Amino acid sequence: MTVYALLAEPFIEFGFMRRALVACLAISLGSGPVGMLLVLRRMSLVGDALSHAVLPGAAIGFVVAGLSLLAMSLGGFIAGLTVAVLSGIVARVTPQREDASFAAFYLISLALGVLIVSTRGSNVDLMHVLFGTILAVDDAALVLVASIATCTLFVLAGIGRGLVVECLDPGFLRAVGGPGTAIHIAFVVLVVLNLVAGFQALGTLMAVGLMMLPAAAARFWARDVIGLAATSSAIAFGSGFAGLLLSFHLDLPSGPAIVLVAGGVYIASVALGSQGSLRTRWLPPPHLEA
Amino acid sequence: MQPISRRLLLTASIALGLTQGRRPYAAGKLRVVATFTVLADMVRVVGGEHVEITTLVGPDGDAHVYEPTPADARALAKADLVITNGLGFEGWIDRLVKASGYKGPRVVASDGITPLEAEEEPAHGTQGAAARPHAHGHDDDEHDPHAWQDLANGRVYVANIARALVGADAANADEYRFRAKAYDRELTALDRDIRRLLAAAPADRRKVITSHDAFRYFGRAYGVEFHAPVGLSTESEPSAGELATLLRQMKQEGIRALFVENISNPKLIEQLAREAGAVVGGTLYSDSLSGPDGPAPTYLDMFRHNVGEIAKAVIG
Repeated sequence: MTVYALLAEPFIEFGFMRRALVACLAISLGSGPVGMLLVLRRMSLVGDALSHAVLPGAAIGFVVAGLSLLAMSLGGFIAGLTVAVLSGIVARVTPQREDASFAAFYLISLALGVLIVSTRGSNVDLMHVLFGTILAVDDAALVLVASIATCTLFVLAGIGRGLVVECLDPGFLRAVGGPGTAIHIAFVVLVVLNLVAGFQALGTLMAVGLMMLPAAAARFWARDVIGLAATSSAIAFGSGFAGLLLSFHLDLPSGPAIVLVAGGVYIASVALGSQGSLRTRWLPPPHLEA
Repeated sequence: MQPISRRLLLTASIALGLTQGRRPYAAGKLRVVATFTVLADMVRVVGGEHVEITTLVGPDGDAHVYEPTPADARALAKADLVITNGLGFEGWIDRLVKASGYKGPRVVASDGITPLEAEEEPAHGTQGAAARPHAHGHDDDEHDPHAWQDLANGRVYVANIARALVGADAANADEYRFRAKAYDRELTALDRDIRRLLAAAPADRRKVITSHDAFRYFGRAYGVEFHAPVGLSTESEPSAGELATLLRQMKQEGIRALFVENISNPKLIEQLAREAGAVVGGTLYSDSLSGPDGPAPTYLDMFRHNVGEIAKAVIG
């Protein structure tokens, strides 16, 4: 098999492969920096929590409009946002930690969702309908993901500095009169936007996996915030590309294939990265001597 | 194991005998629990006003991913008769019956049909009557459960259900037999009509793509070739390679008919249609009937609707 047939032909022959690749690019650009900030803020599990937290919204959307993707996505988005904002506020005005506060609200939300689905009596797996797969990305989903990536980059460019300060030293930001809570809420909105759009377009595993794994891996390669964001985006896109090809040539389900490639990159980074990896710890470079 | 289950059976039949003896004096109707809508509709037709039906998986529900509720267990506990599809369709029913304490008879509607082996490679279609004879033991999990998608099997279902109703409620036996016979005639007539209608399309055009592999019995019976990008159940995720194989095949063989089913996500099918320049036809009803206002509220309506949609696509 030639290199061309291995790497390029699938994308040239099949439109769905091209769409999937472009969706990966968009999601990588948006999710890379967002994931990196989540890691910095110790909110790495938020993505998982949100995938459950959207249930009541999706269920209400279903009850109101039937199996309408728009209604269910909108409901899911509102539910996810409510959970994220409420837990952010509680974590900021009380001594409760962010992760505990998030866990509390997402569990309430999940239970509420199960309740609504059950009383409605129908047992179509709502999440199954709501969560897409990367192979089924259509033009609308592509436009959605790309617009959200664009918005994300612009908003981050605007509030990035405050956000990083708020991550590392919230006391300092408050002392100099920075708008800490407002910045946090803007960030939470971004997280929810990226994830819920990702759920709908690509599936939960893909959306959360491509947000968190590259960001966690980037930590072993880059030192500054810009470098971290760029590295996570690059790893995310590379994993998407490689995962799609694996799925194509080896007949593997595409979502798990992509996420597992990202997982492989993470493990390799832990072992071999240039910043604080096992390699630098156990095999330190020879000291320069004067 | 063996002696215990025999004793259980004995107990059950004694209990059954008791209820049978008491039934004519009870004012209530025969309480039947059916696992999903197709069975419930058959019971309704055969049982008429003498039965009260509880359906566990309701209209447009998906029995593959169903989770029983306490209300279901309660309905089961009070039931006189439980009717299941069998062939591994209701993986949850054994646990539910045990949990509910139901001791009455359980009727497997698909008893006596010739089951198709479950397919291992979901991307490959089944060519009409030439189902691949994979011999793989006779575990229920190895069989394709969607047997009601062939009206000949539907007749077996109805006969099994009628026998069960007669056994559970001897007082109305004649009426059950009468109604079952009339229903059987309707099924036979529809079966003949469908064959005649689909025979109008040339064999190489009778190729259809659906979102979940529920129509293999239909394909075997009526000579329509079905392909599904997702496997037998609704849970698995397709691979890019599988999708590519299917697309190449669609382009090569000129398959232009694509359908979504009432219980799954239509996005994948839409993607295939876009890419192959085909059109997405209407909704096919596979594992579940529609509500009373939908296009497929009964078993017969489901067939008429599905065949109408397929005929429109392959003949039109």
